[in-house]
Amino acid sequence: MKNIKFLILGIFFAIVLSKSQAISWYRFYEMFKFQSFHMFGIIGGAIVISMIFMQLFKHGKIKDINGNKIVPRPKKEGFISTILGGTLFGLGWGISGACAAPIFVILGFKLIPALILLAGALLGAFIYGILSKKLPN
Amino acid sequence: MDFIFQPWAWYIGGPLIAISLLLYFYFGQNFGASTNFETMCTILGADKVSNYFKKDWKKQKFALFFVVGLIIGGFIAANYLIPNQAIDLNPKTVQELTDLGFANVGSQYFPDEIFSDEVIFSLKGFLILLVSGLLIGFGTRYAGGCTSGHAITGLSSLQLPSLLAVIGFFIGGIIATWVIIPILF
Repeated sequence: MKNIKFLILGIFFAIVLSKSQAISWYRFYEMFKFQSFHMFGIIGGAIVISMIFMQLFKHGKIKDINGNKIVPRPKKEGFISTILGGTLFGLGWGISGACAAPIFVILGFKLIPALILLAGALLGAFIYGILSKKLPN
Repeated sequence: MDFIFQPWAWYIGGPLIAISLLLYFYFGQNFGASTNFETMCTILGADKVSNYFKKDWKKQKFALFFVVGLIIGGFIAANYLIPNQAIDLNPKTVQELTDLGFANVGSQYFPDEIFSDEVIFSLKGFLILLVSGLLIGFGTRYAGGCTSGHAITGLSSLQLPSLLAVIGFFIGGIIATWVIIPILF
């Protein structure tokens, strides 16, 4: 069962997000109102340390479990898609205080609200899939 | 043991998120969360409606295991690791939200005004969550990632699309909190 390690990593990640309050509606409200450093510290700190890891990946100092070089997948290009898609996601994030991974974590805290969020997210992804060819990139 | 039950400061949470990213890549996969929405659509039968979802979801099985872990981890944290959900908010935030009609601001992670049973079973409360979810699902797929995939993975690997996406995240989040929340409440 090679996937069990992802399950354990998921448990770890959920506990980190929960304990550092990075799933709290209030913390994101504070962040978007620029009234607290907490979330900027968490996200910024995660980015800075990840940058070091990325350099170690790039120079082959850290290889993956199979000994292969780690290369993050390039993100799809597109000005409108990233800005507009990002803004729509930001609206949902700002109102509900949830982003993608936390929706699943919140299931353990507030089951029914998180199920509604998840149903909405699946519906949103479904609508995107149907329209994807017609949307500008 | 005290450390386990106290809230973790940003300088603990941030690095531990980076370690999660490290392990995810070490296990041979690209760190992110929002692709799961697509995978779940495929499993629920969206591939019968649109070619976009004609994907081999079994290749994403590892990510679904991660999701199951997130749910279990959330459950463990909620029930055993956080005896007190009170948050040390900026007094200005508390005042603002109190003025908007929020009660007991910061006494728990999730405000009753959005997450309580009474609210979610009202039409307005239900729609607030459903539409937020819809924006999250649509937006992350259109932008190609979420906070994990774009803000953390993409920015740390210096990818321009991620910078644009994160600018978008903040435009949306700022409009939501400065304009939409005061209209809704």
